[in-house]
Amino acid sequence: MSKILIRGAKVLGGEAQDVLIDGETIAEVGTGLSAEGAEVVEAAGKVLLPGLVDLHTHLREPGREDSETVLTGTRAAATGGYTAVFAMANTFPVADTAGVVEQVYRLGQEHGYCDVQPIGAVTVGLEGRKLAELGAMHESAAGVTVFSDDGKCVDDAVIMRRALEYVKAFGGVVAQHAQEPRLTEGAQMNEGVVSAELGLGGWPAVAEESIIARDVLLAEHVGSRVHICHLSTAGSVEIVRWAKSRGIDVTAEVTPHHLLLTDELVRTYNPVYKVNPPLRTERDVHALRAALADGTIDIVATDHAPHPHEDKDCEWAAAAMGMVGLETALSVVQETMVDTGLLDWAGVADRMSFKPAQIGQATGHGRPVSAGEPANLTLVDTEYRGQVDPAGFASRSRNTPYEGRELPGRVTHTWLRGKATLVDGKLT
Amino acid sequence: MQRHLISAADLTRDDAVLILDTAEEMARVADRPIKKLPTLRGRTIVNLFFEDSTRTRISFEAAEKRLSADVINFSAKGSSVSKGESLKDTAQTLEAMGVDAVVIRHGASGAPYRLANSGWIDAAVINAGDGTHQHPTQALLDAFTMRRRLIGRDAGLGQDLAGRRITIVGDVLHSRVARSNVDLLHTLGAEVTLVAPPTLVPVGVETWPCEVAYDLDGTLPKCDAVMMLRVQRERMNAAFFPTEREYSRRYGLDGDRMARLPEHAIVMHPGPMVRGMEITAEVADSDRCTAVEQVANGVSIRMAVLYLLLGGNEPAVTHTRPTGSEEK
Amino acid sequence: MDKHDSSAHAQASDARPVLEGPDIARVLTRIAHEIVERAKGADDVVLLGIPTRGVFLAQRLAVKLEQITDRKVPVGSLDITMYRDDLRMHPPRALARTEIPGDGIDGKLVVLVDDVLFSGRTIRAALDALNDIGRPRAVQLAVLVDRGHRELPIRADYVGKNLPTSLRETVKVQLAEEDGRDTVLLGVKAGQ
Repeated sequence: MSKILIRGAKVLGGEAQDVLIDGETIAEVGTGLSAEGAEVVEAAGKVLLPGLVDLHTHLREPGREDSETVLTGTRAAATGGYTAVFAMANTFPVADTAGVVEQVYRLGQEHGYCDVQPIGAVTVGLEGRKLAELGAMHESAAGVTVFSDDGKCVDDAVIMRRALEYVKAFGGVVAQHAQEPRLTEGAQMNEGVVSAELGLGGWPAVAEESIIARDVLLAEHVGSRVHICHLSTAGSVEIVRWAKSRGIDVTAEVTPHHLLLTDELVRTYNPVYKVNPPLRTERDVHALRAALADGTIDIVATDHAPHPHEDKDCEWAAAAMGMVGLETALSVVQETMVDTGLLDWAGVADRMSFKPAQIGQATGHGRPVSAGEPANLTLVDTEYRGQVDPAGFASRSRNTPYEGRELPGRVTHTWLRGKATLVDGKLT
Repeated sequence: MQRHLISAADLTRDDAVLILDTAEEMARVADRPIKKLPTLRGRTIVNLFFEDSTRTRISFEAAEKRLSADVINFSAKGSSVSKGESLKDTAQTLEAMGVDAVVIRHGASGAPYRLANSGWIDAAVINAGDGTHQHPTQALLDAFTMRRRLIGRDAGLGQDLAGRRITIVGDVLHSRVARSNVDLLHTLGAEVTLVAPPTLVPVGVETWPCEVAYDLDGTLPKCDAVMMLRVQRERMNAAFFPTEREYSRRYGLDGDRMARLPEHAIVMHPGPMVRGMEITAEVADSDRCTAVEQVANGVSIRMAVLYLLLGGNEPAVTHTRPTGSEEK
Repeated sequence: MDKHDSSAHAQASDARPVLEGPDIARVLTRIAHEIVERAKGADDVVLLGIPTRGVFLAQRLAVKLEQITDRKVPVGSLDITMYRDDLRMHPPRALARTEIPGDGIDGKLVVLVDDVLFSGRTIRAALDALNDIGRPRAVQLAVLVDRGHRELPIRADYVGKNLPTSLRETVKVQLAEEDGRDTVLLGVKAGQ
């Protein structure tokens, strides 16, 4: 593979530097590097980040290839600046055996747009009753380390306890989708002022918070670590903050949409705003931003959830829950965290690359931009502003809540181990 | 301008009074030998009912026929809807048949709003009850009944319900009737009090323009009208209240409680009544109970709404709800 | 329709009165006498005014008929809004009152009363409305002003004043009950 010189990029938002890629690794970082024998990418004014890592992606393959495949999903990931994604287990069949996780893993390797690290189901068929063969999935070629029944909550306290304990044997982590099922029967949106008015079934914050509280206490009791998926309420933030202060080994993620959107949008009854967990209130949004800034929330994860048009082009109650997010995540984070002064670009690198790679043990990802490291890099034009146009998405699905919204920032280049997957905003 | 009636909250005070006044004239048609007006001749209206509601459907149908509209009744039962055809497909099929207005009843809150705002169809949409959201013509007929009884048929013309005290009792949480009435009665200047066990009041009610009380007896002596909502027995199984007996003891309207109402106060019920649950037979059959009148008034109100929305080249009542910027 | 056009806003400054209060009283008295004469005593006459000003004229005629015949003459109102042939050309209008006197109109001589007769479309609508209310023995028409330009084969039985006009002109009737004074103004359409 040839050499690439990225010239004059603000590495992690800092001073302008040149970065020389040689083959799969970063050869040199400095100023005035020689361009001899290298393809030059002029990057003056742009920000260079380590390749982004998404701990929470739904690639839908196998089973729902009408909404996304490993190929289209990883192309979307590369477009959004990601070099590694963790694929959730709620496929058909469910990724609860070594066979399924290996298939997904291989598809990611074959396409080569982005590393795909499968997440294994905690329980057989996501049914919450019987532990899946967690050890077998870990030992498979896919080397699964993150386990989640995402989409469903592991609500049985005993099963959750056992899972937390069991994965300690091989350093795994359970990622909990915190949703108390009885409190959310028939739930359609955040329970509060707007749900009362719209007559949509309420999804109380306590349904999320009570599970998080229980699970951090379980993790403390059995000495395990636990990861909380898509935390969405101010109360959840308080519980995680308390748990961390007690020394409990908990990490938490927030989605871009929960950093930006509120349940006021549901007044349109447009199911593009229907998502699990639901959009919350302005107060929650501010608490989530503050928590991401102060590190209480460790990472941003997209919960990229593609759905075919017909599943959203209907009445609210009949619509599927979820939003696509890979291609807009960085822009939303810039809008909500960077442009507001809450986080600098080094902080973004931490929340969207270093930390998620660390939690998910994604080898070779989330590394510093320095000589000798794998060349997983993302170049961002942070001065750009433009309207989101789903027609241009690489994802097979278009269910974005940002259609027509003006957002800042655009990923122009992505390199996966030195190979460009995105050049000038176009997939290779 | 919008041509739909989706929520009682979309009506201004003047819109609402115009509808009530128009309904008063429509009511007089019922006294004529020929109970028909040529006003909507050549207009086609479909009654699109995804939920069973014979009462509401018949009321709309009577109103439509009295105004000479062509009426198509479409009930989801036995239709392609039960075979998985979507609301969108159904609506577009009807649109292709040249429908001018859709009167829709749907189990999902927001379905009429979606129908009116998604660009699926061009027809006017009239909400005949959606999920636990809204039932605007019910609120209008209730207000019409109150104005007639509390002010008078002729004396009421041009008047709103300023200063009248209305108590709404029962399952507010699951009630589109309660939501619509709170919105409309507030717009018309009335003071509304909701009375229910706390389990049947929605979280978030604090922003509604009304009072909330848990004790029925305390509110009765000072109200002009008390509206009893139907309480489904199934709610008991979901632990909203312990037993039917306890519910009716605490929140049901019986003869003793009715005696505590001021002399002029009326008892209302949107129907169908569950006698022995929220209302005793004695109260339901008394002169003060307007349940039957409400049914008759429903036809006049629906005639008024249909005339004001469809009778001209553009609607006379405006739809003022701001639509989300994301909606196109 | 004619009602609408006749009351189009004539500029008070350039409108000139063609009938004043005393003239209006005089022609109503004459019409009342003509009704008694032609109806041979007016025993079965029912006066129905077309809102808004036709109703006031009908009430005034009823008073005069009572003075002449010494008998109460039933008087009511007939709103024609929902029978108009131009409903689809305007937003829906607020409805006015239809008030049919207690004994109804079956077998009666109904005299429709309006302020201005113009295209004739209002009267066409009124005849349709009457049809849904009952079956009169006969229907006659009394108007304060006939300004011509008929678009339908309709004529008045009793006319207060024939007023030849051009289509550029407007005729505005003002009555004390509604406008604070009695007058008929002839003006020119705004912008012409």
